[in-house]
Amino acid sequence: MTAGTSADAIASAGVADEVRRYERRQSAKTTVRRIGVFVVFLILLALLYTGYKAFGEALDDAQTTWPVVGSFLPRSDDLTMPPIRDIVAEIGEPLNRTDDKPLGAFVWEAALFTAREAAFGFFFGLMFGIGIAVVLVRSRWLERGVSPYIAMSQTIPLVAIAPIVIIWGRTSLDWLPFEWQDWMSVAIIAAYLTFFPVAVNGIRGLHSAQPEAFELMRSYAVKPRQELVRLRLPAAMPYLFSAFRLAATIAVVGAIVGEISAGVPGGLGRLILDFAGRYTTGPERLYVSVGGAALLGILAFGLVALTQRFVRSARVREGEPL
Amino acid sequence: MSATETVPAVEATSVTKIFNRGKPNEILALDDVSVAVGRNEFMTLIGPSGCGKSTLLRLMAALTHPSDGEISVHGKPADQARQDRDYGMAFQTAGLFDWRTVSQNIELPLQLMGWSKSDRRERADEMLDLVRLEGFGGHYPRELSGGMQQRVAIARALSFSPSILLMDEPFGALDEITREHMQAELLRIWDETHTTVVFVTHSIPEAVFLSERVLVMSPRPGTISAEVIVDLGHRDFDTRESEKFFERVTAVREALRVPEEPA
Repeated sequence: MTAGTSADAIASAGVADEVRRYERRQSAKTTVRRIGVFVVFLILLALLYTGYKAFGEALDDAQTTWPVVGSFLPRSDDLTMPPIRDIVAEIGEPLNRTDDKPLGAFVWEAALFTAREAAFGFFFGLMFGIGIAVVLVRSRWLERGVSPYIAMSQTIPLVAIAPIVIIWGRTSLDWLPFEWQDWMSVAIIAAYLTFFPVAVNGIRGLHSAQPEAFELMRSYAVKPRQELVRLRLPAAMPYLFSAFRLAATIAVVGAIVGEISAGVPGGLGRLILDFAGRYTTGPERLYVSVGGAALLGILAFGLVALTQRFVRSARVREGEPL
Repeated sequence: MSATETVPAVEATSVTKIFNRGKPNEILALDDVSVAVGRNEFMTLIGPSGCGKSTLLRLMAALTHPSDGEISVHGKPADQARQDRDYGMAFQTAGLFDWRTVSQNIELPLQLMGWSKSDRRERADEMLDLVRLEGFGGHYPRELSGGMQQRVAIARALSFSPSILLMDEPFGALDEITREHMQAELLRIWDETHTTVVFVTHSIPEAVFLSERVLVMSPRPGTISAEVIVDLGHRDFDTRESEKFFERVTAVREALRVPEEPA
């Protein structure tokens, strides 16, 4: 056999290392670029908003109308579209006369309160979702029997579930070593929403390895637990992380809607509800509180995306650098 | 000669496999097949697509069970052999785990079998040498060419020194040049390890070049229609151009010829 005729010898150890380093550098650059593009678009969006507003006001001043502005598209008066300048300024303004605590501080505290609910909701939803997926893939019978109920669970409106969870938390959990609080019930409501994408994607992911890989595991006569840990779970990681990204934003929305549905004060939900009710006397406040919710959502999403960078099995399949 | 030496490595006795039994889409995949694979033999199953050669291989591996008949491996039931981890397997797709490095892929069966980390590392290095991938242990599968991935798969299959290597068209997805190279590599590895090999292919030259014995299977329902003893002895680059090689290729090709169906 003549050595060195291998068609495989194209890739040598050193070259691949260099490629890997290069890809990693490129990926870091891409991340920076992505954040840059985000900021640019944020500025463009603000310009668009301000420009549209200025255009509409110019039309008003000239006492002419334009077919679309103010009829099909929103009116541009300060009540409908408060100037960005005013929205930003409102952050520093005190919320009421008795207290010089600025609006920003209120939103910040409410955001922290909601973030705690969302974080616990995300975590428990994730655990519950993965747990369900792991149990269901063990048996086709179970999977077929339970899957419709998983889908059905999401059709029940939160307004219906929220009071049940709150009452249950207040009355049935006194055996716990700690005192159950309403925000924990809101976390459970958020978990009720977040478990769904995790369970659905988890089931798909746990089935996603190639048939050969499963046969290989069988030929090693492995226990089901080993198959789960060594094959099914790592193969499911890309699917799970797509679900986690969804779940992160859903957890924030779930916490806010949960607060509103359950009437739990202290978080962004109550704040948004209050400001929405008093919109005509201060539209800027609603914009600020919604901005807080949006920031929280982006932050949650970003944290998951960042975590994915540290999970190799979630990265390799998505073509991210090694 | 002791009794154990005469026990074949793999023995299939009157094996029948029916899929979807009793349903309208019932398929008789294998019909009364008997095969014996000798210890340390390199035996190839060849036949047209859908003749049941892969099914027969999977039956030998106890990945599926015969509808009728028996499979024994070293004189014990195939299922027991699977429990005893007698099988190394390689498939057409290398089937490497993308999230594991080359070394970690080779170590997979060892890890599952509870080897210590240092023993695993040591064996993985030996296997890398065996398949001539020194220095690639830290690479990920997607950084390797198809042929290199297939070598890793072979290293993984052999890492725990199974007594039988079952290969299902392992080079089927490779280009002709890489394929011939891999065939020579496989023979070298077989020479070094002397594992019993059952090899499935639908390439006639591949079957002849690699095997000591070729079993030709008929189209569905699969049966063994002919046996060709190849016996080319030492093989090298010139073997494929030798008279004897062409003779055997012709013999297998003739055996594969489908008899004209009466009108």
